[in-house]
Formats: sequence, C-alpha cells, structure tokens
Amino acid sequence: MSRTAFPHADSGVARIAARFAANAAAGRKAVAPFVTAGDPDTATTADVLAAIDRAGATLIELGVPYSDPIADGAVIQASYVRALAQGMSLDRLFAMVKDVTGRITTPVLAMVSYSIIYRRGIDRFVTESLAAGLAGFVVPDLPIEESDDLAAACEAAGLALVRLVTPTTPPERAEQIARRSTGFLYCVSVAGVTGARTSLPDGLVERVAWLRTKASVPILVGFGISTPEQARAVAAVADGVIVGSALVRRLAEAAPPQRADSASPPGQVVAAIEQHVQDLVKAVETSAK
Amino acid sequence: MVATGSEATIKNVGDTADAFRPRGYGFSMATVAPASAPLSAVPDALGRFGRFGGRYVPETLSAALDQLEQAYDEAMADPSFHAELDSLLAAFVGRPTPLLFARRLTALAGGAQIYFKREDLSHTGAHKINNTLGQGLLALRMGKRRIIAETGAGQHGVATATACARFGLDCVVYMGSEDVRRQAPNVRNMRFMGAEVRPVETGSRTLRDAINEAMRDWMGSVETTHYIIGSVVGPHPFPRIVRDFQSVIGRETVEQCRRQLGRLPDTVVACVGGGSNAAGMFYPFVDHADVRLVGVEAGGRSGQPGDHAASLSYGSPGILHGSLSYVLQNDDGQTADVHSVSAGLDYPGVGPEHSYWRDAGRVSYTSVTDAAALDAFDTVARQEGILPALETSHALAWTVEEAARRPADEIIVICLSGRGDKDAAEIARLRGLSADGQQATS
Repeated sequence: MSRTAFPHADSGVARIAARFAANAAAGRKAVAPFVTAGDPDTATTADVLAAIDRAGATLIELGVPYSDPIADGAVIQASYVRALAQGMSLDRLFAMVKDVTGRITTPVLAMVSYSIIYRRGIDRFVTESLAAGLAGFVVPDLPIEESDDLAAACEAAGLALVRLVTPTTPPERAEQIARRSTGFLYCVSVAGVTGARTSLPDGLVERVAWLRTKASVPILVGFGISTPEQARAVAAVADGVIVGSALVRRLAEAAPPQRADSASPPGQVVAAIEQHVQDLVKAVETSAK
Repeated sequence: MVATGSEATIKNVGDTADAFRPRGYGFSMATVAPASAPLSAVPDALGRFGRFGGRYVPETLSAALDQLEQAYDEAMADPSFHAELDSLLAAFVGRPTPLLFARRLTALAGGAQIYFKREDLSHTGAHKINNTLGQGLLALRMGKRRIIAETGAGQHGVATATACARFGLDCVVYMGSEDVRRQAPNVRNMRFMGAEVRPVETGSRTLRDAINEAMRDWMGSVETTHYIIGSVVGPHPFPRIVRDFQSVIGRETVEQCRRQLGRLPDTVVACVGGGSNAAGMFYPFVDHADVRLVGVEAGGRSGQPGDHAASLSYGSPGILHGSLSYVLQNDDGQTADVHSVSAGLDYPGVGPEHSYWRDAGRVSYTSVTDAAALDAFDTVARQEGILPALETSHALAWTVEEAARRPADEIIVICLSGRGDKDAAEIARLRGLSADGQQATS
C-alpha cells in the first residue's frame, strides 16, 4: 500500500488533536455523536453527518453495521439490522464517507468490529478508510493483546486508534491502554452494552480523574449518556461525551421512504438530530465554565 | 498392543499415564511443549491454535477472561478439584460411558467394524454435561453464583440447568426462538430444573443469536456471573477449557480400545457444529498419527450459501464470537445465514482448534446432508435400538457409507454424542408422521 509520511497537518490524528485544541482555546468540551451508517439509508446518513457537523460537534463516530455486535445494546443492534437490510456495504459506506468528508470539517471516526477489518484485510481497510477521509477507528472488540497489527497500520497512515477502558479494567491494564490510545481515550461509563441509562454510575468522576493522570490524550466518556443534563455532568470531569443510542433511537423513527407507515419523514429526523446535538453542545459549553 | 513406552515423556498428550489411572478422568496440563511440539501442544499463552483462536472481545470482558484462566490453571493444579469432578463424572454422569460394537449396523454396511462411544448414555443424554460440571465447579471456585449459557439443540442448556441445580446456582439460558420451537422437550426440562429460559428473537433466532445475547448479558453481569459456553468456541480460554473437560471422551475411548480391542481404531468420527464432542474425542488421538480423524459437518440442503452450516468445508478464516476460525461470512465480514435440520449444528462458525487441525491436515472434515442424516437416524434406530440425536446422525450417515468401503478388519469408532429423544417430535413432523409416529392419512 502507498502511505504518505505521517504525521502531518492533515492526518487523522492531527485533525482530531486540532479539534480538541480549538475546544480548549474556546473553553468548550467535546461532543462526539454516534450514528449508524446506512440507517435508515445511505442518503439520510449523509444528511445526518452534515447536520451533526452544523450543530457544532467535535468529532463524529460512524457505526459500521455488523451482523453480530456483542458490545451493543438493542437500539444499536436493531439499527445495524436495518442498515444491512437496506443493503449497506463497505463499498457504499466508503463512497458515502468520501463524499461527506469533502464537505464537512468535523473529523469522522469509524466504530467498527474487528471482524469486518480482518475480513477486508488490515492494510486494505486502512487504505480505503484513509482514501475516504476517515480520521481513525474505534474497534470495540479488539483488546490490546490482539491490536499490534492494526495499531502499526494506523500509525503509518496517521489514523487514530481509539482504545477503550471500562469499569472492569484493572488499574495496571488501564494505564497500558491509556498510553497506547491515539486520538482520544474512550472511557466506558458502565460495565455493560451500549444504551441510554437514566443515571450516571457511581465512581465515574473518580475514575476519569485517575485516568487523566495516566493518559496523554483527551478522555471522552460514553455508554449510557443521552440527555444534555448527563452530558453536562460528565463534561465537568472529562474532556467530553459520546452520545449514541439516544440519536440512533431517533433514526429508528425515520423509516425508509418507501414505507407508508413511516413515523416521521427523514427530513424531520435529521432536523431533530441536529437540534439534539446542538442541545448537547450547549450543555457542555456551560459545564466548561 | 500398541507400544506405550515413550508416552511417559510426553506430558501434554491426552493418553499419557493419566488415561491409565483406574479412573482416569483427570487432566494433564499443556504447559511445556517438547522440543518438537506435538499437535496437541496448543493453545499458547494468548490462546492461539496456530494462527487461530485468540481473544477478540470488548474490554469489559477482558478481566473476567483473565480471572477464568487463572481459576482454571489453579483448579488444574489442585488435586481436590480433580477428585470432585471425577467423583461427579462417575456417580452423577455415569462415566465411563461404554464402547459398544454396533453388530447389526456393521453387518448392514458390510465392511469395517463400527463401534459406538456411548455419550448418549451420559446423564442428560449427551456429552455436554462433562463441560457444564467442570465449569460449574470453576464458577464455585470464583465465587460466582449466577450462571448464563446459550443453547442450540437444548442439550447444553439442559446440561447447564442440571449442573446449576446440583450446585445450587442461579441459571439463565438463552435460546433462539426457532430452536425453542424445534426442541420443546429440552426447554421444558430446563424449566423443571429451575432454569430461566429466555427465547431470543433477534437475527436468525438460532444458536448464533443465543450466543450474542448471552455475551450481552455477560457484558453487564460479568462481575457476579459466569458464562458457561457450550462448545469449543468463543474467546480464550474457553476453547481450551471446553476441550479439556470434553477430552474425557477420547481418553476413555483410547483406554477402552486398547482393553477391548487390543489396539487403537483405524478411524475416529464425530459430528462438528461448534465442535465440542469432536474436540473431546479427537484431542487424545491427535498425536497418534496412524489414527485417521474425521469430522462431519451439517451439509443441510445443498452446498449453496445459506443452505448448510459447514464452516470448515465451505468457510474462510474470520472472527466470530471472540475467536479467529473458519466462518461462513460474506466478503464484508457479515455472518452468513446458515441452515441445518439439526439445531445443534446450525452455527456459522467452529472452534479454532478444528481450524488448526484442518489446516495442519490432521483431521479431515466433510459434510452430510439433512436427508442423509434423517435416513441414518432411521437406520440406527431399527438396526441398533438406539435413537441417536440428529447432530450425531450426521456422523452416523458418513460412518455407514465409509464402513462399506473399508475392509472387515478395520475399526471405526464414532462418538455417539447424544440421544435423539429431543428430536423425535421434529423428525415425525418432517416425515409427515402423526404425533404417535403413524403415517398420516392425507
């Protein structure tokens, strides 16, 4: 594969770092919304990414649909099923991302199962991601022990490989993970699958504070965060929040255009997501002051 | 008799001195590989069987898998663990299970002699109990009082419910709703023993989806719950643990062949879905290069994608449910739909050690169609007075055909992995018979 010498100013890692630097300068915290690629269809996803960009998100996590996602709760799993039923494929995903990343400034990271990366082949997957304008990956089923090959390919391509720490991660292991994470460190708030929850877990504040002493990259907290109030509380201690299932649930309301019983047309849903992300951005702005 | 003089030096081979203890249910540990490592000297510290295996799971599960590995290593080094498991295998399961000459089936085939390793005589009617008792004891050692499991045919679910009842543990079993329908007697029996059966409505509503749901449960319950996985699949250390607990089948078979037949068999056969009965049967034989090993997968309706569940015959390397192995998936890495008449073989993946054996050329894998398996069920029922499980019937179909091609002085041993009572109603339905087995009048 052909790789440019990295890091340079346009690399995924550099673009992500620039977003956090801009946040710091403006006294803002990060909002990183998650949506599934191809739910309810590819064109709507492109519109949603543009809407999230307009709403002032720091980063975007784009879920690559997978048939057997064991880290995801019912909402995101159902969204993957819908996307695959609509014919979402890697080729279509990369084509859509390439089109959208040419028009927006918010860096887009792929949330993707290692099953998919492995099948495509690491080098090919990284090359195609780079060409599509992705800034990095979150690979929720790739623990550090298995990650050397992908980490090397990402480093050579200047793409971020975001690692996850969870409440069950022992401290020594968390330190190793924090050291190896690039782009940012994903702090999973609860032991469990993705999905909105009504309250924030005990000990989260302390855990983030401890991680901050170990990580050289920003720390974003995800899993279970849905409302602006929760986002504000988390952003008071972390560098920002990741919000997924709450937005994906809205997408579930936008049935495919050909369906007469669709609860809301895609246009309305895109607007609702833009508003939701704006509210989150506003909430964490306040919390940084 | 086959010479046994060199075996004392090979510590990690299944049929070492352990197999010749009066009640040889214990394990030898695969810790130190000899200079030229035998095929049995796997997995390595990262759970690799050659290139296969490993641990591809969310970080949330990493600590629990480390804890399990440590608990398992400690248990293996603890004579009291072996004593307790051996005593349960003898008095609760009824081991050793017999090795039976299938006289009329052999005569029918007209060639090699066919022997049944009678796992169907195990308590709960299949080999699955060997693993659930072992893992149940591990859960007790880890102080985990809640057990979750997945099940396809329901045999592993029943075996898990049984172990939990015996040990006083809470039990939740995930089962695809399609399998709940196909295997109603097992669902009822799980509930009789106090287990909660949760039907899974996602995806294909079969074994693969049940594993997904069990994993999701475990993501949120891992600190208090042990996941008793039912086959030699999943992230490290599960493939190793399940293989080791099931290897009692092969160790007994080696000993019985030597004692009853005066030699090892020419061919050993087992059905392969996830592959636990096959792994347990084959593992003590893999270093005996002159014993041919054959795994029989579910050929379904045809070799077309979606019509079968034969991962080793038609699949390619990929990652499913936490390990790298042969998988049926599309070019994008999405898991393919699979089909088998047998709920226990209806799975798009296979244990990583089977992939290792396949690529090493040590085990041959083939497949048998739904129709041939159903015919073998009928044949064995009438010739031998045994209703075999539909899973096992796949291996039986291949065995009868193969025996006909081999000379009469050859010996084929088949792992008769389970009894077919659970399948009787479904077979009657597929055959168009009434509930009492009569030809329905149209």
